[in-house]
Amino acid sequence: MEIEHVEGENKGKIFLYALSTCGWCKKTKEFLNNLGLEYSYIFVDLLEGKDKDETVDKIMKWNPRCSFPTLVINDEKCIVGYNEDEIREVLGL
Amino acid sequence: MNEANEQDVDKTYQRLDKFAESKGYHLNPDIEFTKDLIRSLLINQKRYGYWACPCRLASGKREEDLDIICPCDYRDPDLKEFGVCYCSLYVSKDIKNGEKKAEAIPDRRPPKKE
Repeated sequence: MEIEHVEGENKGKIFLYALSTCGWCKKTKEFLNNLGLEYSYIFVDLLEGKDKDETVDKIMKWNPRCSFPTLVINDEKCIVGYNEDEIREVLGL
Repeated sequence: MNEANEQDVDKTYQRLDKFAESKGYHLNPDIEFTKDLIRSLLINQKRYGYWACPCRLASGKREEDLDIICPCDYRDPDLKEFGVCYCSLYVSKDIKNGEKKAEAIPDRRPPKKE
């Protein structure tokens, strides 16, 4: 699967489920980039078949609506949608 | 499949802007953001054959995605309640005029039934 890794400061395990076509997902990525954080992301719309189904199942455990962006932090917290304040709060920034 | 010609993006932007304004709708005044969305719609046209909402995961089956074909079924209630549609391609007049900022909103689409 096409998981991309962005180098930066480690503030915990940050995983972004995004769509390559979505403006708010792009803003979320830019926000993380501007903070200089280490994170991983995947463009779910570019997946196919089993990879796509399995990834959607994973997202739905965190966010049953399977909406984007879905950000999972340290495998324990989930932030749905582009929300700078919430990201800062959860990451303790 | 994952690219769109910039000339097509510009042309579609001009056409959509004119059409929206003629119907009393407004495109997001953040032109870069708006052109990104239009580029995405053109990519989705190539990928799926229809203008699937760029901020929702399309099934690839037109009949399952009818409600999220742009302009989606949720645009008008979202504009009324939040002043933006879900992907923020369409915005209210005060956002268009720069009096208010476009912000991300929750998805109104009912969750898929298993």
